[in-house]
Formats: sequence, C-alpha cells, structure tokens
Amino acid sequence: MESTTKETTLLVEGALRQTNQMKKPRNFRWFTPSLYIFFLMLPIYWLVNMSFKTNQEILSKFTLIPENPTLSNYVVIFSDPSWYNGYINSIIYVVMNTVISISVALPAAYAFSRYRFLGDKHMFFWLLSNRMAPAAVFVLPFFQLYSSFGLIDTHIAVALAHCLFNVPLAVWILEGFMSGIPKEIDETAYIDGYSFPKFFIKVFTPLIASGIGVAAFFCFMFSWVELLIARTLTTVDAKPIAAIMTRTVGASGVDWGVLAAAGVLTIIPGALVIYFVRNYIAKGFALGRV
Amino acid sequence: MLELRNVSKKVGNTFHINDVSLKLEKGSLNVLLGPTLSGKTSLMRLMAGLDKPTSGDILMDGVSVVKTPVQKRNIAMVYQQFINYPAFSVYENIASPLRVAGIDKVTIDKKVREAAELMKLTPYLDRGVLYLSGGQQQRTALARALVKDAELVLLDEPLANLDYKLREELRIELPRIFAETGAIFVYATTEPQEALLLGGDTATLHEGHITQFGQTIDVHNKPSDLVTAQTFSDPPMNVIPMQKQGAQFVFSQGNIDCPEDLSGLSDGSYSIGIRPHHLLLSEPKQPSVKVVAPVSTSEIAGSETFVHVAFDDIKLVILTHGVHRVDIGDQVPVYMDPAKFFIFDGENKLVSAPKTGAA
Repeated sequence: MESTTKETTLLVEGALRQTNQMKKPRNFRWFTPSLYIFFLMLPIYWLVNMSFKTNQEILSKFTLIPENPTLSNYVVIFSDPSWYNGYINSIIYVVMNTVISISVALPAAYAFSRYRFLGDKHMFFWLLSNRMAPAAVFVLPFFQLYSSFGLIDTHIAVALAHCLFNVPLAVWILEGFMSGIPKEIDETAYIDGYSFPKFFIKVFTPLIASGIGVAAFFCFMFSWVELLIARTLTTVDAKPIAAIMTRTVGASGVDWGVLAAAGVLTIIPGALVIYFVRNYIAKGFALGRV
Repeated sequence: MLELRNVSKKVGNTFHINDVSLKLEKGSLNVLLGPTLSGKTSLMRLMAGLDKPTSGDILMDGVSVVKTPVQKRNIAMVYQQFINYPAFSVYENIASPLRVAGIDKVTIDKKVREAAELMKLTPYLDRGVLYLSGGQQQRTALARALVKDAELVLLDEPLANLDYKLREELRIELPRIFAETGAIFVYATTEPQEALLLGGDTATLHEGHITQFGQTIDVHNKPSDLVTAQTFSDPPMNVIPMQKQGAQFVFSQGNIDCPEDLSGLSDGSYSIGIRPHHLLLSEPKQPSVKVVAPVSTSEIAGSETFVHVAFDDIKLVILTHGVHRVDIGDQVPVYMDPAKFFIFDGENKLVSAPKTGAA
C-alpha cells in the first residue's frame, strides 16, 4: 500500500512540476484528491487482489500482491454452468427489462412533455413516488401473483417486476430530455408532411438519443444490482448471479477466491456501460433538466 | 384563396382570436401587424391548422379545411425562433419536405440547390444546422419553406431575431422571392416600418380582433380608428383629448380653430392624434399650435432624439432628427400643425385624417 501511495505522490509531483515550473515549486493540492481516490479504489483493488489468490493464501496471510497468482478462480466460473448461467440469466432479464422499460417510457414521456391533460402533474409525480417504497414491500405481491400465472423462475418475470422501478425512472429522464426540444420542431415536421410515427423515428429520436442512452443506462444498472426481487422470483432456470454469489458456502467452507472472481466479473458490465454514457450521466442524474 | 369566416379561438375564458374574417387572395402579400400578444401567432396557427378554431370556418379555395390534418395541407411556416431539424445537415433540412412527399432525387437536388442559392446557403449545404450562425439558420428555415411550393406561406416575425443588416437585406428580398411562387404570403410583424417596407396589404390586430384590413398605405394613412392608428405608429401616436365647442377644439392648453370641412361635426368629445415626427420643438413656418410642457425623459437613438413631455396627464413623444441635448425638467415649447391631425370621434372612429402626402 505504501509503495502505491508513494508512486502516486511522485507521479503527481512530477506532473505538477512540469506544468507549474514558473510558479512556486511546492504545494500540496494533490493530497486530498489522492487520499480520496485511494480510499475509493481500495475495496475494488482488494477484490481484484483476492480473485487472483488461492483460498489458502487468503485465509493464512495478509499480502498486497498475490504470491502465487492464479486464474483457477476464474476457470471455475467459466467452466461450471451453475456459475456462468448466473451471468447469462442476469444479462437476459436485464436486457429484456431495459428494452421493455424504454419502449414503454418513450411514448409516455412524450405525452407528459407535449400534452396537458387532466391530472398530468399529479400522475407524473406519482410515477416517481413508486421509487420511494423499498423493493421488499413488493416481493410478496409479486411472488403470489406470478405463482398463480406460472411465471416463477422465468426471465420475463424478473424483467417485468423490475419495470415497476425502471419505467417511472425512464419516463422522468426522457421527459426532461424531450422538454428540452422545442415543440415548434414537432409542428414544423407536421407542416413539412411527416406523419407522427415517421417524425418520431426520423426527426425526434436522434435529438433525444443521449437521453435514451442515459435512461437505458439507469435501467440497466438498477436491474443489474437489484437482488431481493430477482432472487425471490427465481429458483434455478433464471437465477441471477448475485443470488448465486450469496450461497457459495460449501462443505469445505466459503470459497473466497471464486467469490472474489465472481465479484470482479459482476462489476465489469456496469463499468463498461458507465464508460459509454459517461458524458451524459450528470445530465441523467438531473433527469435531463440541465 | 384563403378565407376565414368569423373565426374565434378561445383558451380557457379568454379569446385569443375573436371573430376574425379575412379573405387572402392567391399571390398576395399580407402583413399581420400588431403588438406582442395581439394574436398574430394564434391567427397563423389557425391558418396553418396547428390549432383548431373554437368557432367559425376556414376555407381554402372554397373548401373547408378545418378538419384537414396539417400534414395534408400544402403550407409552409417559419417561426421567429430558428427552427430546423438539429440532427440534419442544411441540405437535408431543405430537402426534408420534398423527401417526405416522395419526390425523385434529381428534382429534389435541383430544387434544394436553387433555394440554397437564393438564400445564399450554397457554401454551407453539408454543414449541420447547429454549426451555423443565427442568420444562416433562419435562412435555412426560409429555404425549406420556399422549396415546398406551398399554397400558403406563413412567416411569423421571421426577421425579429436577426441582426440589423441581415434584416434589411432579407426584408427586401423575401417578398420578391416568395411572390414568384404565387403563394398566399402572410407575414407577421410588430414593426410598422416593416409593414410599410413590405407593402401589399395589412391587417392590424388588437387583442385578437382585426381592426382594419386593406392596402398597407391606406391603413397607415387612413386608420379607421384610434387603436389601428396607435398600432400602426412607432413610437405610438400621441393622443390629446379635446372638446369641440362651436368652431373650435378646446383643450387645457388653448383653442384650435376647427378646419372648415369639419364644421359640420356635432359638439362633444374628440381625440386628436398626431404622429411623433409631426411634433416640433422649434417654430415652423406654417401656422401651428404651441404647447409648453416639462420634459420627463429624453433618449437618443441613432441619429434621432425622442423627447417625452407631459402635461395634465397627457404624455407626448416628440421625434426629432439629429442628436439634441434636452435636460429633464426643462420647459419646452411643442408645436403641432393642425393639418397633420387625425381626428377621432367619441367612439374613437376616424372622422378626419391628414391630406394624402401629409402623413
């Protein structure tokens, strides 16, 4: 750990010296951000570190870098269907949910942004108030309802259940982006002869593309990290990875290394998605109202 | 021919458009003149079919189009804001109405290039519209309206957000360019000068009413009532209430001999209107009426000076050429020539306008 900080320190100092050669040579502006980043990255580093160790090393000593780096933990995950199916299941229902949420939210957001109708403001607020209840509240009704329709342990069950949270969120984000587009563009398109569907696909969608991206990202993330509903509604065939990770206690105790490797692989999709929408995330958090 | 028959548009409890009837001929240039919120945009939206009238009928060549969707009407509209399709290039923007109509590519290309040439956009055809200056963006919107060969072209203060020079240039070119298409051309503006420059016919709007419709020059020189006169005067026409008593008009600052041709008017209250540039600060050669009043404000705009004076709750604006220094509070003499008077009766209807050429 010490070596890491020292390295960072040296690097930052070097950079400062290069850019600020004319100014005073010493200051400590680098210190606070470095400290912050250090604590931010520490758990992630430790997870990655563990995933390359053997169970024996994890349990017996404290090492900053794996003594005998091994890929065996990853091999276990990619070769054992009960592990990699978890990822496939998660990805299937997350993508399903994202597609459903966005395609439902697009017309809804357009209506909220362009038309005034009875109770529109209340309904718009009520949409978001759905997010104020913890997921646990909805577990029981969902389970009961899905049991009677034979939907338990299917991907669509989880995808639909997550829509409860994601559709309102997507509507809010998309409405913000849509309201930033002047209504006159719609009218000009109608005057030019565009029918509504043609206008929506050809003219309007490109204008809110970043909004769709951000909304999709949020849907993806919420669905990806949600555990309670996903675990309750599935047993075997659609079991998500997060649920599989919670039951790795075998006869020989907890398999720490494999668990860490699974954790690393769970972070990756989210990190990838964040990378692609990084320029729009701030706008997305402001629900498009920047 | 576009015909509006007793068209009204009510939103909530207020009339945005109140009982408007108009007939606009093919190939005509029509100006809608009125201050902001007088209903110019509302009227245009009704003509375009973007809004439905609450009552009344709109006919195109004798056929009611109230129920025809916007897409099916052959119209073009340009807004005051620069409205284009931000995701498209200039070329695609201009071509879009033709592409939607399913016209073949060769014709589209020819028409787009013609329109671009007229609007001086040829060098920018491949650029995204967001990378253009405001003037170029508006010219793109105008080119898109032009390329369509619409029957009805609606321009809603298209030059209001442009810089001075470009405005002058387009103001002269636009009527000429659109006249060639033979469309019914409707141009909304808040500026009386713009209406005069464009010529054609003018309809003056006030609170959703059309107060007068006729040749622009006629409306300017012989406004049918006080409201029209004030709408069609910038800065607004000065109004002095007077009493006619026998052969004289009496007001707090003196008497004015009643012109001979008005001696038949009955006694009572009248309003005298006089345009700001007909009020003088120095004594003219013609016989005139003099009022002395304190200056409340004076502003210099370009090479002109506006002097505001007030007496007995009456505010007058005097427009003088040249830059003058006038101190606030100074007592200044104001001279007015009775030959330049607009005289309105108790119901604010015009009874006498200055002789042609004098206005």
